[in-house]
Amino acid sequence: MAAAAETSSDRTLRNAFGSVLSFFILLLIGVLAFSIRLFSVIKYESVIHEFDPYFNYRVTQFLTKNGIYDFWNWFDDRTWYPLGRVIGGTVYPGLTLTAGTLWRILNSLNIPLSVETVCVFTAPIFSAFASWATYLLTKEVKGAGAGLTAAVLLAMVPSYISRSVAGSYDNEAVAIFALIITFYLYIKTLNTGSLFYATLNAIAYFYMVCSWGGYTFIINLIPMHVLLCIVTGRYSSRLYIAYAPLVVLGTLLASLVPVVGFNAVLTSEHFASFLVFIIIHVVALVYYIKGILSAKMFKVAVTLVVSIGLVVCCAVIAVLIALVASSPTMGWSGRSLSLLDPTYASKYIPIIASVSEHQPPTWPSYFMDINVLAFLVPAGIIACFLPLSDASSFAILYIVTSVYFSGVMVRLMLVFAPAACIMSGIALSQAFDVFTRSIKFQLPGISGKSEFDAGDTSSSSVVAANDAAKPDKSEETLKERPSRKNKKKEKEQVEKASVEKASTKSKKEKRLLVLPLEASVIALLLLVFLGAFYVVHCVWAAAEAYSAPSIVLTSHSHDGLHVFDDFREAYAWLRHNTEVDDKVASWWDYGYQTTAMANRTVIVDNNTWNNTHIATVGTAMSSPEKAAWEIFNSLDVKYVLVVFGGLVGYPSDDINKFLWMVRIGGGVFPHIKEPDYLRDGQYRIDSQATPTMLNCLMYKLSYYRFVDVDGKGFDRVRQTEIGKKYIKLTHFEEVFTTHHWMVRIYKLKPPRNRIRGKTKKSKTKTSATSSSRKSVARKKNPWH
Amino acid sequence: MARSTSKDAQALFQSLRSAYVATPSSLKIIDLYVCFAVFTAIIQVVYMAVVGSFPFNSFLSGVLSCVGTAVLAVCLRIQVNKENKEFKDLPPERAFADFVLCNLVLHLVIMNFLG
Repeated sequence: MAAAAETSSDRTLRNAFGSVLSFFILLLIGVLAFSIRLFSVIKYESVIHEFDPYFNYRVTQFLTKNGIYDFWNWFDDRTWYPLGRVIGGTVYPGLTLTAGTLWRILNSLNIPLSVETVCVFTAPIFSAFASWATYLLTKEVKGAGAGLTAAVLLAMVPSYISRSVAGSYDNEAVAIFALIITFYLYIKTLNTGSLFYATLNAIAYFYMVCSWGGYTFIINLIPMHVLLCIVTGRYSSRLYIAYAPLVVLGTLLASLVPVVGFNAVLTSEHFASFLVFIIIHVVALVYYIKGILSAKMFKVAVTLVVSIGLVVCCAVIAVLIALVASSPTMGWSGRSLSLLDPTYASKYIPIIASVSEHQPPTWPSYFMDINVLAFLVPAGIIACFLPLSDASSFAILYIVTSVYFSGVMVRLMLVFAPAACIMSGIALSQAFDVFTRSIKFQLPGISGKSEFDAGDTSSSSVVAANDAAKPDKSEETLKERPSRKNKKKEKEQVEKASVEKASTKSKKEKRLLVLPLEASVIALLLLVFLGAFYVVHCVWAAAEAYSAPSIVLTSHSHDGLHVFDDFREAYAWLRHNTEVDDKVASWWDYGYQTTAMANRTVIVDNNTWNNTHIATVGTAMSSPEKAAWEIFNSLDVKYVLVVFGGLVGYPSDDINKFLWMVRIGGGVFPHIKEPDYLRDGQYRIDSQATPTMLNCLMYKLSYYRFVDVDGKGFDRVRQTEIGKKYIKLTHFEEVFTTHHWMVRIYKLKPPRNRIRGKTKKSKTKTSATSSSRKSVARKKNPWH
Repeated sequence: MARSTSKDAQALFQSLRSAYVATPSSLKIIDLYVCFAVFTAIIQVVYMAVVGSFPFNSFLSGVLSCVGTAVLAVCLRIQVNKENKEFKDLPPERAFADFVLCNLVLHLVIMNFLG
């Protein structure tokens, strides 16, 4: 008795020590997650990155300046000229509201940070939160040790770093945190069966809906898990409490977000949750009746209900199918369809297929983005099966679905990364557990508790000697044991089994898992090396691969570092040298940047909501000069901006994107045909290029005066000499070219004074050439 | 065959009733509340089918308010039911506090959504 009391007090002491230690470890993990993302600020400067973040930044500026009500009603006339865009109703507001609130709080505390600074550092802050959320989630699945390991892994997984370096102010920055915390609260509700956590879960889901379109993943994954639990006979009333309130509250909260609105009940993405909602009620009723009836009576009831129930089910399914079939595209949006059928986008929607992050990933990108986790994941899945609980089955389902989605779209690697971290965290922590335990049992010495301690200290010394980042691992193994024992005891309690039985049982298990001493020491060393390799890779990825802001480029050459700051040079020129209301046409990639940095009206931008409008610009870029001038003039365009990398070798310039302009343009205006721009199916710009290619506007604007640079016109991206060297522009004039020629801005020449006879002639000529062209021209300018 | 099934059904109802009579009255009150909420939801759906769903947000908030209350009440019933072993260490006061909190959130959202 006394011994038992002593061990229990010892255990509580150990628990207290462990929780203090894990608190500090978590703090350090947060610092690590934050600081590993600061490479971009240190190596470059504190700027917003890439394309979409500029839009978010602009929206945040508007929010902080005009307040929340103006934000909801904001109609933006600076983009999509002449249509405009209702920003308040078409944007996921979570990120902007978060950063805006953060800025407001800081300012009210008299910390005068600029909006830009807050925006730059939002993503690193939230990645620290995300790693804490991962700790909580994994702790619910497999105990605190696995939780800490998973949190460390997530803090520096390259896939997540690529989307959340300082300055990468995009929806995903906060959405991953929201995703993980929603999953955590779901599992927590499932484990405790408390309505309080169910409410929190609904609110976390609301935050997720606010921040990212990826919320449909949650609202499909959780019903899948519920269904899995029901089918495998794991239904419990905790499952009901976790799921049913979430559907009702979640649907209501989701429809509060303007961009989702009634879609939360009307589109097929959400139907799965409603179907499972009905199913879980039926199942709950069945279990309830089963509980109050005797076994024999229940059988009778089943036969009665099944016959009636089948009829009702058929009716409901028929109604659902009719509803779904009556809506166009079966109620699925294009992006979701391209998830279910990976070839859908490339077949029907070139605008989705044209974005590189919507392409399926290659194998090296898996290695680049999750590195050694790819090898640890299977082990983690096996560890999840060993005692299969509700929570671990959820983790398995999460990884399986996210592997599929990451295989469809590169972008969704981001959803896969947390799952991979959780699984690898479980695998690593279990492996450490097994190895340190077998070392403990074999160390020569005393039985019982001293054995435990000796094992722990020896293993921790082994680990600590090897890698400074790893000592937390050994602490985890130390900490994990009591917590797991507690869990086991809880289970045992239900069966009214005695504690002694549990301890003997676990001891027996331990005996079975004992490995030879040398083998386990070597395995531990190898695991530590694996972890070290992962850390090195992550730091390299954060420092070199993923922190380039892409508006400032650098290159190392033999004579030192070169900085290409052409984009900002060009936008600054536009800002200072053009009228406030001038319209600038460019390919849609540069729309957000132009509105945010140059504050000029653009025709199309990265929102890509209106395919026809983008196709109009694509058609203009791929038309001959005169036709292009007419299109641009009808759109009231004053300046045309093209990005050209031929001089410095910048590969993602407009000439390389040009085929997508042709495809998207040709998808709406059939007189643009892709084969006209290809010589024998090959895209080339040298002297072998087709005349259509050599005469199109994009070619001319890119290579105008290019031959003056070196006398030959050698394009360093395509590695050839250009086909047409001396280009004369008749309808456009060059007004600005940046230092490295990366951005070139042209102005539309005003229409010439016409001679009456000439216009007549040209008019008859166009009408004579083809009627189809005329109809096309009419289609081009519906607002004319 | 038919007679046996009807007899079975009768016996079933008999045993169902006898089992239900044994439930405590507090649970019966909750059951009544759930039935009332579901009934109200059904009335609204019927009204929608007859008259039309024009202010769709009003319809949605009305129905989901009823369904939500029903679901939350079922959750409360599960938690306070003495026969449920899973919630043995959850005091009914705590369960009721959670229930009130959840209802508060639900109806705040509904008032917001009602438009």
